[in-house]
Amino acid sequence: MNTFAGRKYIVAGIIILVGLIFVIRLFSLQVLDSSYKFSADSNSRRTKILYPARGLIYDRNGEILVYNEAAYDLMVNPLQLRSFDTLDFCEILNITPADVINRIGQARDYSLYRPSIFMKQISSATYAVLQEKMYKFPGFFVQPRTLRNYPKNLAAHFLGYVGEVDEKTIEQDPYYQPGDYIGISGIEKSYEHVLRGKKGRKIVLVDVYNREMGSYQGGWYDEPLVVGKDIISTLDAGLQEYGEHLMQKFMGSIVAIEPSTGEILSMVTMPNYNPALLVGRARGDNYKILSEDTLKPLFNRALMAQYPPGSTFKVVNGLIALQEGVIKPSTEFDCYMGYFFENITVGCHMHESPLDFVRAIQNSCNSYFVNVYRRILTDPKFSNTEEAFNNWCDHIISFGFGQLLGTDMINELKGIIPNSGYYDGIYGKDHWNFLTIRSLAIGQGELGITPLQMANLAAIIANRGYFYVPHMVKEIRDEESINENFLERHYVSIDSTHFEQVVNGMDLAVNGGGGSTAWRARMQDIIVCGKTGTAENPHGEDHSIFIAFAPKDRPKIAISVYVENGGFGNIWGAPIASLMIEKYLNDTISRPYLDEYVLNGIRPE
Amino acid sequence: MKRRTNLIKSIDWITVLLFLLLVLIGWLNIFAAVYNEQQLQNFDLSQQYGKQLIWIVAAILLAIIVFMIDEKFFFFFSYPIYIVAIISLLLVLIIGKEIHGSKSWFVIGSFNLQPSEFAKVATSLALAKFISSYNFRIDKLRSILTLFLIAVLPAILIAIQPDLGSAIVFFSFILVVYRAGFSEILLLIAIIFIGLFFLTLVVDKLFILSGLTFIALLALWIAERKIRYVLGAMIILAIFTGTLFGLNRMLEIGANYYFIVVAGLLISFPIYLIYAIRKKIRNILVVIGCLFISMLFSFSVDYVYHDVLKQHQQQRLNILLGLESDPLGHGYNVNQSKIAIGSGGFSGKGFLNGTQTKFDFVPEQSTDFIFCTVGEEWGFIGTSVVIGLFVFLLVRLIIIAERQRSDFSRIYGYGVIAVLFTHFTINIGMTIGLLPVIGIPLPFFSYGGSSLWAFTILLFIMLRLDASRMELLK
Repeated sequence: MNTFAGRKYIVAGIIILVGLIFVIRLFSLQVLDSSYKFSADSNSRRTKILYPARGLIYDRNGEILVYNEAAYDLMVNPLQLRSFDTLDFCEILNITPADVINRIGQARDYSLYRPSIFMKQISSATYAVLQEKMYKFPGFFVQPRTLRNYPKNLAAHFLGYVGEVDEKTIEQDPYYQPGDYIGISGIEKSYEHVLRGKKGRKIVLVDVYNREMGSYQGGWYDEPLVVGKDIISTLDAGLQEYGEHLMQKFMGSIVAIEPSTGEILSMVTMPNYNPALLVGRARGDNYKILSEDTLKPLFNRALMAQYPPGSTFKVVNGLIALQEGVIKPSTEFDCYMGYFFENITVGCHMHESPLDFVRAIQNSCNSYFVNVYRRILTDPKFSNTEEAFNNWCDHIISFGFGQLLGTDMINELKGIIPNSGYYDGIYGKDHWNFLTIRSLAIGQGELGITPLQMANLAAIIANRGYFYVPHMVKEIRDEESINENFLERHYVSIDSTHFEQVVNGMDLAVNGGGGSTAWRARMQDIIVCGKTGTAENPHGEDHSIFIAFAPKDRPKIAISVYVENGGFGNIWGAPIASLMIEKYLNDTISRPYLDEYVLNGIRPE
Repeated sequence: MKRRTNLIKSIDWITVLLFLLLVLIGWLNIFAAVYNEQQLQNFDLSQQYGKQLIWIVAAILLAIIVFMIDEKFFFFFSYPIYIVAIISLLLVLIIGKEIHGSKSWFVIGSFNLQPSEFAKVATSLALAKFISSYNFRIDKLRSILTLFLIAVLPAILIAIQPDLGSAIVFFSFILVVYRAGFSEILLLIAIIFIGLFFLTLVVDKLFILSGLTFIALLALWIAERKIRYVLGAMIILAIFTGTLFGLNRMLEIGANYYFIVVAGLLISFPIYLIYAIRKKIRNILVVIGCLFISMLFSFSVDYVYHDVLKQHQQQRLNILLGLESDPLGHGYNVNQSKIAIGSGGFSGKGFLNGTQTKFDFVPEQSTDFIFCTVGEEWGFIGTSVVIGLFVFLLVRLIIIAERQRSDFSRIYGYGVIAVLFTHFTINIGMTIGLLPVIGIPLPFFSYGGSSLWAFTILLFIMLRLDASRMELLK
């Protein structure tokens, strides 16, 4: 047997060779290849995203408008899934096993290794039951979230809503991950960066059953979350509530501004919706219903409806005329229930004739202002209509019409102001004059003004010549001041001296007695200044418009009311504005009959 | 008691030391594998580490007992012991308990005993007895067959349980046989076939066939140095294969290319054979013979893989060969194992600090995958040390075996080496992803009473034989 003794070396050789191969392989695995180290770490490590509570929104007096409520997302990490009691699982969550398979499939498609949402916003009750049994379902865990909740059905457009972030935004801003929430309209959107805070991160160690076993590296890699900052908005909740109450049977808008600061006291759009509809799981379905509603409740008329301003526009033309010196306050024009020229007629209602400037405003005389407009466009200063028109446009623009005011609101629209190029296109260059575009004189024709712009106009007049850019937010907690843009005065191109006449005219329009178009707005103890408007509507009844401010001296509120199909401005526009003013200034309604009239259409006399 | 004291003096303390070291380190790692923060306080005997400790104590007792038995006992009772082992293997198939799908256990009270582990000892003894006996002649067919039977019978019984892993261990006795004098060609062939086996699974059949043919032609050229043989062979092959190919096309038989080439080769063979016999060129015959056998083997491997192996077995092979990656299914164990070991880095995470093993990520971590704990907690240093200890032990055993004067003792020694080496290779190889997942324990390390005792007995029989080597003159 020993003749084969030499073979012991071969045997030993094989043994040593195997040992060597192992050592080399181990070297490669343990020392050279660091991917296993990371795999191991990620195997037993889970990164928890800590979602901060979104900032709250208050009204100007500290009343809560939006707050947060706890919600729970059920997450799944496909890599850590094991077989589990599907029946029990389905019972707790109230879904079918097929549903479970489907959702897991979706999660797998998204990523095998990273957790994704299995089920959004399970109720607290479900969460409580599930939490007890979590150990039975390895691979699943619950992510606490916050959802918005509203103490009152109020100011849906103003506040906006929060929904899931879309792909495009994720691409642009990697802070957001699929499933994150983001403000989509209103304050929620324009102040998203303030309200959202900053997501935090906590890395925990987990065992193979997905139970948390403690902090990774003592929390060294953790990042604390930053709570969202609260916002004090400019809104007056009581006023807003009242406004929505008054408008409940109408379609249209109310915008109220504090002239001395540009703060928006109220922004009512009707029809509106209950903000609670666009929260949580039901949001998708509700949004669909709302967006298909033919009355368009999601459409924020206050910012986006471009209405013809009607007679309210006369004050603007009046101011421009005074500024250009083509009329004086004492200038008078005749009116024989209309303006007649050749074969052109602009009708007017019955009133005294002739009227001077102030009385023309009081009576809202069409004829007067057509004449005024004629004078503006035939001003000898300018060589032709086009030049005069361009000059007129410049004035208009300084009032903030036809452009974005630069507010902090999303979806603000510019409005429509035609320019000479527009008319050149229709009629041909030099082929149009003031007669062609006479409807602009009385606020009809190719004009589109948003209720916000009209309220801003009221503010300009209230301030006698300047405005602050209207904005929604008064203060952001822990921040020095709001955006500087809102603290700047913007002067219009009209000298403030000219405003006094307009103010007087508007005073008379409300309080002047006979002939006053806005007598319904009159109040006992406060001098309200206002201007009615009635916009022609080829499709139905005319629209009822009203702008106003009060008190006449040191005004505290400037307001615009637009009621679609409301008839004369005085019928609905004026009383609504008046009630709003009273509510704001006195906090009580002393004329309940008026309130009832607005709501039920019973005229008091 | 002169003999006794002599015995104690002549025991190979190095081996004993290695044995104790391995057992101790093994125990520490089992402790770590089971270690759980909640159990910091209690040293619980009902936990695995507690039980293992009991078994270690029992093993040491066993070792002492074995050592005290007269060495002639093992010699004389080799066959009876073997028969008892076979009976126990038969018995367990009938009255044994099924755990994890295989009927491998006797349950005695609260106690589980695994006969397959002890069968390894018995087979080593029987083989050693047989090969060292007068009747044995290495070149006698009858001897070879009996040898085969002794080794394979227990393997088959174990494979029926089914416990494929343990059954495979019995093929390691090839090493014993090799050392006993079998032609080294056998070893070489064994290695080649293992290689061919894996290759067949990975590479396309046709490719392999082409490769084999090419190698055959090359071998022919090297052996005979006559280009005309090679060219002639190629031309003949080309003609036949080409014709078949053309026929296939024209008659639109649509046969697999592989079969066309095989057919071509098979037709060519007779021509080669006739030529070789006429010209009496032996090498051609040899080459053809080898080619034929290789083809046959390759084909049967393919057949076995596709038509015999069960799906999960196929999968295990696939995962090993990288054909399939299933980190959550069958690849899970290995993947987790590699992660655990890999994450240990150079010096490991420290005793009781393994996150993977700590948090139960590696399945079977105190039995089959015990090496993971070593890797994770002691790092490369730890794993190298453990491997080093095993290699050291095995080489030491070679030295011990070689210094035996009796054939029986020497052959038995190689039996011990073969068994330990096979377990060592397969178990560790599996945990680091070099071999498919085959569940067998790491000697002295893995948790388990039966395996620990069986290995202890295996080893200490050797030490006993060794201690009285000067006396046995057989």
